[in-house]
Amino acid sequence: MTVLDLLGDAPTESPSEVPPVVELRGTARQFPGDPPVHALHPADLSVGAGEYLSVVGPSGSGKSTLLNLLGLLDRPSDGEYLLDGIPTAHASERERAALRAGHIGFVFQAFHLLPHRSVLENVLLATIYSGVPRAERRDRAVAALERVGLSHRLDFPPTVLSGGERQRTAVARAVVSQPRVLLADEPTGNLDSESSEAVLELFDELHAGGLTLLVITHEDDVSARAQRRVRIADGHLREIA
Amino acid sequence: MTAVAQRVPRTDRFGPRDLLAEAAAGIGARPGRLILTILGTVLGIASVVVTVGLAQTAAGQINKQFDAVAATQAVAKPATNRGFNGNERALAPLPWDAPDRAERLNGVDAAALVAEVDAGDREITAVPVHDPSAPRVTSPTLLATSAHALEALDGRVVQGRYFDEGHDTRGDRVVVLGVDAAQRLGVSRVDRQPSIFIGDRAYQVIGIVDGMVRRTDMRSAVVLPMGTARTDLGLASAQELHMHIAVAAGPVVASQLPTALNPNAPETVTVQAPASTSSVQQSVQADINTIFLALGAVALLIGGVGIANVTLLSVLERVGEIGLRRALGATRRQIAAQFMVESVVVGLLGGMVGAALGVAAVTIVSAVQSWTPILDLRMVGVAALAGGFIGLLAGLYPSLKAASIEPISALRGGV
Ligand SMILES: Nc1ncnc2c1ncn2[C@@H]1O[C@H](COP(=O)(O)OP(=O)(O)O)[C@@H](O)[C@H]1O
Ligand SMILES: [Mg+2]
Repeated sequence: MTVLDLLGDAPTESPSEVPPVVELRGTARQFPGDPPVHALHPADLSVGAGEYLSVVGPSGSGKSTLLNLLGLLDRPSDGEYLLDGIPTAHASERERAALRAGHIGFVFQAFHLLPHRSVLENVLLATIYSGVPRAERRDRAVAALERVGLSHRLDFPPTVLSGGERQRTAVARAVVSQPRVLLADEPTGNLDSESSEAVLELFDELHAGGLTLLVITHEDDVSARAQRRVRIADGHLREIA
Repeated sequence: MTAVAQRVPRTDRFGPRDLLAEAAAGIGARPGRLILTILGTVLGIASVVVTVGLAQTAAGQINKQFDAVAATQAVAKPATNRGFNGNERALAPLPWDAPDRAERLNGVDAAALVAEVDAGDREITAVPVHDPSAPRVTSPTLLATSAHALEALDGRVVQGRYFDEGHDTRGDRVVVLGVDAAQRLGVSRVDRQPSIFIGDRAYQVIGIVDGMVRRTDMRSAVVLPMGTARTDLGLASAQELHMHIAVAAGPVVASQLPTALNPNAPETVTVQAPASTSSVQQSVQADINTIFLALGAVALLIGGVGIANVTLLSVLERVGEIGLRRALGATRRQIAAQFMVESVVVGLLGGMVGAALGVAAVTIVSAVQSWTPILDLRMVGVAALAGGFIGLLAGLYPSLKAASIEPISALRGGV
């Protein structure tokens, strides 16, 4: 089994029937203060199933703020955010946790792997919260790690892995429970160019397999890998033609 | 929803098994710290188990003494010295009315003289069987007692009755048989008024007795009233005055009895009475128990604070992990439950280790003292569970703290 098998072919339905995976409707985030910080000005964005989108912008431009909103880790102070057609801005914490578990896969700059658990256990962690049937968890996790080329590292602690291997473990964890969208915040920020390339190739393959990807970066060559690019500056979102 | 999302059924979302597994992994990640964490609880539970266990064992020991005849038995004998020929001889015989004198004392419930009677060459036989061809069996021993021997010696009547003061003073020719003697003499019923012979004199058997735990030899003896033994067999004196006394009356009886029996020469009487389990000793024991229990409670408090501290520390250390779990879809409640269970399991571990150590300590102390260790197993179970309860209390604050962590800020640091 491979992740490509798991993810299956791209959806066959025509786009008009299917709501976008990610849809921002005048979504804004400001942090209270004196003066208040407008980290994200009201933004509209629609990402369809299977799209590969990058958000590029300099440090402090509001990229992480945007990703936290998209990942349901934070609530917009204004506007609505629909995930897979489901309105989330005023959903309960419980619903939002369930959506995070089932619809979203995260890849962070700092990997966020548990140091005391093996590579396999780290991937299994995602299946626990997303509710993958217990009997399928191990097979899926092993398949996901195989897919990212780490089947020989299943029982290693992440602390002995290289940065590239750690990030690939994190990617395996992000896709193991078949999210609707993969959100990556500076996924190559802590990697050398070779490891970065391996991770970006992985993203290309996942995209080819039909996964919706949204990658946030400050590097232009990383953002150039995406099919569609959005620039963010001072909290303003602008599509790059 | 589209086909892709439906592919993975969402059935087993963080069930109890997952909760336990995650908690176990969290605890197992730092084994060295675990030992330090449970130390306080271990000591607290162990000291409580030891205190209660030793108290129970000691109580069992005291009960055993009371159960044993010793606690309610006193015996008076004539004092002796060594004569010129090296034989022990009594300084003065016990008076014949010694039972009456003894029973007038406070704390003496019943008293009876007991004497071994020398039958000389008289044979003790049963009627009517006299078979010259039968092998000669040794005669049963012959004893004489005063009237209240049944009460004084803790005996009981199997058949018929024991003789009374009337038989004694009149010197009636009646006997009571111990069960073994009755069997040997072939006497099974007394309602037909059977007789036995001592020499050529017939004595009516009026009862069969058993028990006599203070003089078990009486079960295999033929027992005469004291007066009868004096007139018929020339009994000169009694050897022992047996008394059934009230619990804790021993010291009083021991001090008063010699004067009561022989006012002019109390030194001619020696009394063996149980020393009281002194109330002072008991209250000292109670004090020690209180001190140990208090120490145990303090240790448990420290143990609880220890668990709370370490759990809180671990929450702070694992902020990144908490943020990650929230990002992976954990609810606040699931995060709280995980740390709660970790804390309870740590407490339970401490409780079980402590209870085991406590049981071991009680067993070792008992073995050294050759006591019978008595431990209520339910108490041991409750002690182990108490550890879990301490863990529960200790885990409350850290768990709430963990649940209140915001994923965004948590994820800004590393794991
Ligand atoms: N919790 C917060 N409170 C106040 N200001 C914040 C908070 N989080 C982010 N900001 C501000 O919002 C802006 C965008 O931040 P961020 O999204 O982290 O930028 P990026 O990820 O693009 O570097 C920055 O000016 C930052 O200081
Ligand atoms: Mg950022």
